[in-house]
Amino acid sequence: MSLPPNSTIDDASGPGAHARSASPTSDPPAPSWWAQRSGENSRGGTSLGLGLVTLYLSFLVLIPLGAVVWKSQSNGWSTFWHQVTTPEAWDALKLTLTISAGVALFNLVMGTIIAWVLVRDDFPGKGAVELFIDLPFALPTIVAGVVLLSLYGPRSPAHVNIAFTRTAITVALLFVTLPFVVRTVQPVLIELDRDMEAASASLGASPFLIARRIILPNLVPAMLTGTGLAFARAIGEFGSVSLLSGNLPFHTEVSAVNIYNQIQSDNPVGAAAQSTVLLVIAFIVLFALDRLKRWGVHRG
Amino acid sequence: MASASGIGGSDGTVQVCGDRRPVARYGLRFVALGYLLVLLAAPVAMVFYRAFQHGLGPIWSALTTSEARSAIEVTLIVAISAVVLNTIFGVGTALLLVRRRFPGRHLLDVLVDIPQAVSPIVVGLALILVYGKFGFFGSWIERNGIKLIFSLPGMVLATAFVSLPLVVRSVAPVLAELGDEQEQAARTLGASSWQTFRRITLPSIRDALAYGVVLSLARSLGEYGAVTVVSGHVLGKTLTLTLFIDERLENFDQPAAYSAAVLLAIIAMGSLLISRRLRTRSRSVA
Amino acid sequence: MSIQVRHVTKRFAQFTALDDVSVDIPTGSLTALLGPSGSGKSTLLRVIAGLDSADAGTVSIEGSDATHLPPQRREVGFVFQHYAPFKHMTVYDNIAFGLTVRKAGKAETKSKVNELLELVHLEKFQTRYPAQLSGGQRQRMALARALAVEPRVLLLDEPFGALDAQVRKELRTWLRRLHDEMHVTTVIVTHDQEEAMEVADKIVVLYDGRVQQVGHPHDVYEHPANEWVMSFLGPVTHFGSLLVRPHDLDLAHEPSDGALPATVVRVTRLGFQTVVDLDLQGGPIYAQLAREATDRLTLEPGTLVYVSHARGDVLPAAPAAAADSLL
Repeated sequence: MSLPPNSTIDDASGPGAHARSASPTSDPPAPSWWAQRSGENSRGGTSLGLGLVTLYLSFLVLIPLGAVVWKSQSNGWSTFWHQVTTPEAWDALKLTLTISAGVALFNLVMGTIIAWVLVRDDFPGKGAVELFIDLPFALPTIVAGVVLLSLYGPRSPAHVNIAFTRTAITVALLFVTLPFVVRTVQPVLIELDRDMEAASASLGASPFLIARRIILPNLVPAMLTGTGLAFARAIGEFGSVSLLSGNLPFHTEVSAVNIYNQIQSDNPVGAAAQSTVLLVIAFIVLFALDRLKRWGVHRG
Repeated sequence: MASASGIGGSDGTVQVCGDRRPVARYGLRFVALGYLLVLLAAPVAMVFYRAFQHGLGPIWSALTTSEARSAIEVTLIVAISAVVLNTIFGVGTALLLVRRRFPGRHLLDVLVDIPQAVSPIVVGLALILVYGKFGFFGSWIERNGIKLIFSLPGMVLATAFVSLPLVVRSVAPVLAELGDEQEQAARTLGASSWQTFRRITLPSIRDALAYGVVLSLARSLGEYGAVTVVSGHVLGKTLTLTLFIDERLENFDQPAAYSAAVLLAIIAMGSLLISRRLRTRSRSVA
Repeated sequence: MSIQVRHVTKRFAQFTALDDVSVDIPTGSLTALLGPSGSGKSTLLRVIAGLDSADAGTVSIEGSDATHLPPQRREVGFVFQHYAPFKHMTVYDNIAFGLTVRKAGKAETKSKVNELLELVHLEKFQTRYPAQLSGGQRQRMALARALAVEPRVLLLDEPFGALDAQVRKELRTWLRRLHDEMHVTTVIVTHDQEEAMEVADKIVVLYDGRVQQVGHPHDVYEHPANEWVMSFLGPVTHFGSLLVRPHDLDLAHEPSDGALPATVVRVTRLGFQTVVDLDLQGGPIYAQLAREATDRLTLEPGTLVYVSHARGDVLPAAPAAAADSLL
């Protein structure tokens, strides 16, 4: 299960994602003079805690990630570039990025629709749907693969067999990124000021127009966040994709699989190089989205 | 006005879209539910059907082989260790981020979320590069006879990496919302920092903490990609349940793979239910 | 002298909350720190408690320097504006907290807590949780909790601010009575001048981070040190070039020494007093008279009367202040 960044416990259901652009820690909690007090009496405690936390973060996350980047250029930048652009690796990268982008956009649309239906509609069994939307978050990726394989694999009772095809990659990624947009958009939808819609209706706007010009614009930051998170998740997905797609080089092999192969074939530099590319792309996307949202907030 | 725009329905809900356009409402509903059915519900149902096709017996025997049992054991050890580490880290970091100010606070906030953006394979690679035999600290580790990569400690690290932010992000918002007045009051009444933490802070974040732990545990139990890279894949020794599924599939033992898959699916669903309950409880206290 | 604050300055970034403030709190007194929001009164209270530390100056409690002591060691009881109840503990456990933390014996704790529960009339609520109490009950619990550890000083930060008027009045009276019984040195922060005057032995008026005046409620009201204090503590109006209290004015139909002619604009009868709006030399003023005084006069709009300043202090009015301040 993964929570998108900056999640806060909220009225949206499920271990969910949120569109709030400010994390709970971005502002002092109360009027300035209360916040000041906190440092007053335990400077030492703060330093100790900070030291331990930094140590843990460094040894678990920062140093290892730094090692990846370092390793990727340890034989020089030309080697780095060479490793990233080998026919197989390059193909895998292109495949990964295009399918991930497509999947993210598709789930943007579907996710928004699902969020809408969950918030504005009512039907028997809605509670169950609400709860199990998060299943892709909770399910181990290989189990997701098994799940999809059982219905859409070689022994599918519906005779739909997508194993070893690119469709398999698409389906797997759709599955694992399903909840992202739903969970970022839903809380925003819930808190949306109904009076806006009422006002525009009283001014003669049709429901469709209201949706398009009143509701949707307010959802855009949340939609962007969800899509970005979905994309970042998709480009790195391994378990479900590798099970379903058969990992055929030049056909159904994604970057994560290729990286794995490089590790197994004792090519750490190649693996590190591709990993660095994926990391950079993910960070750029998330960073760009954060900027976009801030800009949107200022305008809105 | 009320009937024209559908505002102020008798049940108190405001339906702007859809009241006058049932086609739109049913259309959206159909699309949403249809998608969920095809992508989510049907495949999951299929897995359960396949697994329970011949009753509970085959599942039970598949899961009680010694390999399966050791996989369960390894999974529990690795997951619980990772969760313990991340809980301590999580509570400490949440306290720091919410109750203290220091240079770099925003940076810490951002860093905590990094694991979200990293592919699990890259996680495994990163850990090998540092803690593997030929890694940065590899020689020092070798000399001291510790084995990290290809054995359980490495798997704990990998699992801890991927579930790092979960406890922090569950606890921090509740801490922020509660405010620190109760803690201030405790101090004026003579409580030391530790007493204040133990008697005031911890009880008030109890539900949020439980929620974070459940999320963390579920994530840790289900990690595959990162663990597959750092594990030695030694049957009976360093296979978690997820790796076990992989191994069984490779050996064409579908029943065993499906049994383990279903077990993990049930655990995932259970954790969703439990965490939902904990979330609503933690909201009502704050 | 229970508390001595000397030359305390406290700044928050660009904002100076306290500017060279010195205050004495006599032992056993009930002192009010009175002022509008932003005047520094809450900050001063928190500095005394140790919840904030001053940038300059000293705080002594009962003779010994407490400036660098953490709140745990100052033996002050603090009651927060929103009570800061321990939400996950019962009323009993809340009150007992200070004793629990000091590892007091169970029997000792029980007797002390029961004593306090009786004092604040919450005996029947001891197993309830704060969420199940009313605002006034929570406030009383907060007070009992602070008193449980027998503090040297009791500090109350706008304790009645979050309650409605009726409850506020009741608790005010109750607090005064409690203080008379227990004689704990008490400092109460409030922005409500009526509250300060009703409850306190001594008022410290703060504005803009500085002490404006210190004294008996009566003194501060009758003999304000400056214009600001005068208008904050009670109603004021202009009498020529002077600032006076409208109830210190007399009206008459005949001229007299020092009386100024004015035209009646409006007469409003409010039960036991009457407010007469007048036009004095082109500027509006108003007088507050007892009903009998106005009954003896004919006051129709347009009537000419003579306004004299009969008693009480006056202060020269600032030239810029043209209108009344009905504070």
